[in-house]
Amino acid sequence: MLKLSVTEKWVSYVLLPALGILGVIGLWALASATVVSALPSPWKTWEISKPYIVEPFQKRGELDQGILRFTWYSLGRVAKGYAIALVIGTPLGLVLGSSRLFASSFDPIIQILRPVSPLAWLPLGLVLFGKPEPAGTFTIAMCSMWPTVLNTALGVRSIPNDYVNVVKVLELSRSRALFKVYIPAALPYMFTGFRLSLGIAWLVIVAAEMLTGAPGVGGFLWQEYNSLIYEHIILCILTIGLVGYALDRLMMLVERRFKAASA
Amino acid sequence: MSFVSLSGVSKSYGTTARRSEVLCDVNLEIERGEFVAIVGFSGAGKTTLISLIAGLAAPDAGSIRVADKPVTGPSTQRGVVFQNYSLLPWLTARENVALAVGQAFPKASAEEQAERVTRYLVLVGLGSAGGKKPSELSGGMRQRVAVARALAMDPEVLLLDEPLGALDALTRASLQGEIARIWQADRKTVLLITNDVEEAILLADRIIPLSHGPAATLGPAVSVDLERPRDRRELSRDPRFKAIRGELVAWLLASGKQRKAASLPPVALPAPHVVEASA
Repeated sequence: MLKLSVTEKWVSYVLLPALGILGVIGLWALASATVVSALPSPWKTWEISKPYIVEPFQKRGELDQGILRFTWYSLGRVAKGYAIALVIGTPLGLVLGSSRLFASSFDPIIQILRPVSPLAWLPLGLVLFGKPEPAGTFTIAMCSMWPTVLNTALGVRSIPNDYVNVVKVLELSRSRALFKVYIPAALPYMFTGFRLSLGIAWLVIVAAEMLTGAPGVGGFLWQEYNSLIYEHIILCILTIGLVGYALDRLMMLVERRFKAASA
Repeated sequence: MSFVSLSGVSKSYGTTARRSEVLCDVNLEIERGEFVAIVGFSGAGKTTLISLIAGLAAPDAGSIRVADKPVTGPSTQRGVVFQNYSLLPWLTARENVALAVGQAFPKASAEEQAERVTRYLVLVGLGSAGGKKPSELSGGMRQRVAVARALAMDPEVLLLDEPLGALDALTRASLQGEIARIWQADRKTVLLITNDVEEAILLADRIIPLSHGPAATLGPAVSVDLERPRDRRELSRDPRFKAIRGELVAWLLASGKQRKAASLPPVALPAPHVVEASA
């Protein structure tokens, strides 16, 4: 029984994904060899990208650095924007969830600002801050804030009536009610918001760097497009995807811990 | 003036179009140190009654006074034990009780507060389980924590809303014994709401039946003049026990029947067949 389940795990987590990846690489090779000749082949992509992968932290010039070094720059920028998004978004969500008056007043504006693309925020950031670096941070914060705001508000609204009764019967003060009851009760929802926000923050970084030309994965991608080194575009896409996946998994682990702790 | 006093209390829920009256003209007097039980059907409005006295809801008509003060909102002076325990799952048993103690005795030193928490955990028999989360405790133990939380605030009156309703019969019996013991130790004013007539007889000084809803109201009170401590096995053979149980059950069933008769559509009898002569 146990042995079978181990085999099953091996098949579904290792074998099948590996087959899927191999299949897609095969299709990619086939496509680049036949119909779309502009697409670099997998082999060529590896050849050209190799120096950036095997020496991931090498710095040869401002815009010629190892891929993980670029990733590190990008992550730093994401961290700044994401931190601002959480610092503003969490209290905003708490107020939005607990005050009907506030929710009625500000829900429409939040719904309007939420779908705005990073490509639209960035020029505004450039106008407001004059420099590309804070404009990028501003864009990341503006785009990634909303899942945190909305999920935190949802979490506060979904607090079971039992807990609200406890707050009333024990006459808990506002701050005690917030830190002992409302925030712990809303925490699982909040973490879902944090995770979605991080995903968006990472999504936005590429757009921000492409437009500002800052060194990072997105900036590198755009520069290599201009230098006609298309293999590096694919390298950047894969790196962005892998890092995004890793960030999501990481947040999911944290989220699960909190869910288990509050159950 | 009684310690707890309800006069002419009514409460409805819903909008005007589909309004349903839950409680209608409820009058209740409880003396200081008295243990009163209210027995009624499920869904009769027992929880609504507790919510009103606790201050979680306001009555539409009538007045509620506790210790000569009108009830305007919840207070730590009225300790409530809910049927579903209502413990905070992210806090340990000890922290759950400590939260209440900290709020009820804000001026006490940290040691005094900790000592109080320990005392009440020991009182309910959970001296060694303080570090456990509610999810690690059995239903009976969770309800003990909830009782400790309510008692530790040293409330003027203790409101028990079907506290044993969610427990299995054995746990229930042992907790009934615990409640009797704790009550004898500090003689709080207690209002117990239950759907178990025998539980009420085992614990209370006075039992009041609540009629079948909607628009439930209280029936005539029955005094339980059985000496304490009451033993469950001896009690079941006592003719006074049988008499009290018989009286309450008869009243409750009669109120249920009345309600059924009132809500059923009038029986449509076949109309006498009239043959009309056609012109």
